[in-house]
Amino acid sequence: MTKQMTGAKMVVQALKDQGVDVVFGYPGGAVLPIYDEIFQQNDIRHILVRHEQGAVHMAEGYARSTGKPGVVLVTSGPGATNAVTGLVDALMDSIPLVVLTGQVPTFMIGTDGFQEADTVGITRPCTKHNWLVKDTAKLSETIHQAFHVATSGRPGPVLIDIPKDVQFAQADYTPMEKARVQHYQPRKTGDAEQIARLVEMMEQAERPVFYTGGGVINSGPRASALLRELVAATDFPITSTLMGLGSYPASGKNWLGMLGMHGLYEANLAMHGCDLMINVGARFDDRITGRVKDFSPHSRKAHIDIDPSSINKVIRVDVPIVGDVTLVLEEVLRQWKARGSKTNKAGLTKWWKQIAEWRAVDCLSFKNSEKTIKPQHALQRLEALTKGMDRYITTEVGQHQMWAAQFLGFEDPNRWMTSGGLGTMGYGLPASIGVQIAHPDALVINVAGEASWLMNMQEMGTAMQFRAPVKQFILNNERLGMVRQWQELLHGERYSHSWSDALPDFVKLAEAFGCKGIKCQDPKDLDDAIMEMIRYDGPVIFDCLVEKHENCFPMIPSGKPHNEMLLGEADTQGVIGAKGAVLV
Amino acid sequence: MSALNIKKGSTSHSAYDLRDHNATVIESHTLAVIVENEPGVLARVIGLFAGRGYNIDSLTVAEVDHTGHRSRITIVTSGTPAVIDQIEAQLGRLVAVYEVHDLTAEGPCVQRELALFKVAGKGDARIEALRLAEIFRANVVDSTLESFVFEITGTPEKIDAFADLMRPLGLRELARTGVAALSRGA
Ligand SMILES: Cc1ncc(C[n+]2csc(CCOP(=O)(O)OP(=O)(O)O)c2C)c(N)n1
Ligand SMILES: [Mg+2]
Repeated sequence: MTKQMTGAKMVVQALKDQGVDVVFGYPGGAVLPIYDEIFQQNDIRHILVRHEQGAVHMAEGYARSTGKPGVVLVTSGPGATNAVTGLVDALMDSIPLVVLTGQVPTFMIGTDGFQEADTVGITRPCTKHNWLVKDTAKLSETIHQAFHVATSGRPGPVLIDIPKDVQFAQADYTPMEKARVQHYQPRKTGDAEQIARLVEMMEQAERPVFYTGGGVINSGPRASALLRELVAATDFPITSTLMGLGSYPASGKNWLGMLGMHGLYEANLAMHGCDLMINVGARFDDRITGRVKDFSPHSRKAHIDIDPSSINKVIRVDVPIVGDVTLVLEEVLRQWKARGSKTNKAGLTKWWKQIAEWRAVDCLSFKNSEKTIKPQHALQRLEALTKGMDRYITTEVGQHQMWAAQFLGFEDPNRWMTSGGLGTMGYGLPASIGVQIAHPDALVINVAGEASWLMNMQEMGTAMQFRAPVKQFILNNERLGMVRQWQELLHGERYSHSWSDALPDFVKLAEAFGCKGIKCQDPKDLDDAIMEMIRYDGPVIFDCLVEKHENCFPMIPSGKPHNEMLLGEADTQGVIGAKGAVLV
Repeated sequence: MSALNIKKGSTSHSAYDLRDHNATVIESHTLAVIVENEPGVLARVIGLFAGRGYNIDSLTVAEVDHTGHRSRITIVTSGTPAVIDQIEAQLGRLVAVYEVHDLTAEGPCVQRELALFKVAGKGDARIEALRLAEIFRANVVDSTLESFVFEITGTPEKIDAFADLMRPLGLRELARTGVAALSRGA
């Protein structure tokens, strides 16, 4: 039975049918009919943000922590353009989002009407797909298709631009089951023959390593479970990208820690020295590979990815497997068991011995201080005091982000949200709110740098209004720390505009927002202050004044291979050549 | 006739692909891309090429299946084998793209382009232009006492050759459609 209704009502109906329980948005002239419908119902909760970029990052936090698509509703023109950064962020990190934008009425499109922007034109390269719906009869089907596209294959953000007259007009509602989605059905099962080749290589490998990424998390919790089973069955070492943390537990005995530019020594050297690399849902990003020419020179490489374009894009692999991680790992395990596979025990024993030597280097060690709080120490304490809690971590972008990845341990998937591909300062605060909205009783902490945090700090208002007790743990070095580090290493210590001047008093700022502010600068007070933050029933802005000139190590300088990693200050003299300086 | 009825050949991801992927030699490839005929689809394809720095040497597009809303975009592009593979994969992941065929890699194909030449001249040059047009099987589709418009169909190379000949004979304007291509055989 089809039902006649307005386009605006269709939007709400379609969202309900898709199981949406929360929308992050901001109203304006071009979406008023939809807001009118939102007003007249109680099934979908609307979170009023303070800036549209915040809405998109909140939806990302919601999506990453639940596995469900995040939904955003914003107005035309500036509403849509403000959402662009979030769209690209979600595109780079493969986060499923459905973003609805208002548009000027169809008869005004192209006239430079008030708050008109070519939203589908602007966001075409920023989305997985987008639509301008000019006919109410097509609106509900398009929304259902949008959810399908956002969540199928490699997930990503999609956008639907809805002119105001389309929201007012009436048409038949197309229910979810009737929406045509057949044309977009990415391949999910991996090629059994390629998987057989991989299994055979796994049996022979002397120096294997699992290199896992965000694809494991995106594939769902079962993918992580299967990955753990496979690691247990093979006893191979495993490392992960920034995006994949939590798919294998940090406490697991085969865990090497994160790899990449600021990854652990043992993880990067295992990647460099392995003879079999099994890439599961990662994409050979440049933060991972370093100099491509010298990347893992002696290994055969297998790559499991749902996106065929990821395969052979940067690194040529020997065993390409296009498919969903869950289904592929299921088949790998099935074949492994069916063949009664055994690993190369002698080789593996030697490999683990080598890894133990690398581990003994203790690459994360740092010189602690009794006078100033070292950022690494602050994170170690945060980790110790929150371990075992129902905890979610988001971050901003910079040194603090890398330290958080190094010093916090993630036992489960979907517990760690950070802006990986785009590296968006201002991501963490709104993302933490999105996570908290999805998990009202959990402890949600945004590990922030003071500079990044200021980029979307207006969202504290959102946290207050919707009682999201997010903890803003700001590692305040009064510096754009990561920029400062690069200037130190690459630009002759000329610190051009990399300090945070005229910072607000964060405690007073917290008071102004009506939440709690905590300032801590003495290492002795740190534990109590952290506990106070955790115990406080409401949002907290924690101003943790840390050492201002700490550098983040290990570091693989741009343009260098994995085995030329810097471990500490002593290694840093003249490290990055002119060629490396060109790279970001 | 269905626009989708294109023979599948060995693709670059086949186990029997014997091309050298580390080759740095630049190859020219003709791609047939079957897309949903929806607004903006051409912008998506062109934007992908521009955004990722791929070359477009020629591009044609038209609806080929009205009931199925399918258009066929024929793109002539150039790049190393690895880049050509990436282009194919990147096109393939666009939601509005149904099929991508590398006609150059999939076997022999026919390629045709249509061009219009305006050639102005008097006396011997005019006679010579007409004589060459006959040799090239170009048709005269407009004529004044001082000019011709020739219509010519052929491979891009043939049209290039004709252009080279017309230039000294008074070539004023040239319009080319870009390449349309189909694989040979059933
Ligand atoms: C929106 C945006 N602008 C600029 C940058 C470049 N950038 C990367 S890290 C960084 C400094 C971040 O400073 P802060 O948030 O204080 O973190 P810290 O490195 O000090 O821990 C900058 C400017 C970015 N990643 N994102
Ligand atoms: Mg800072």
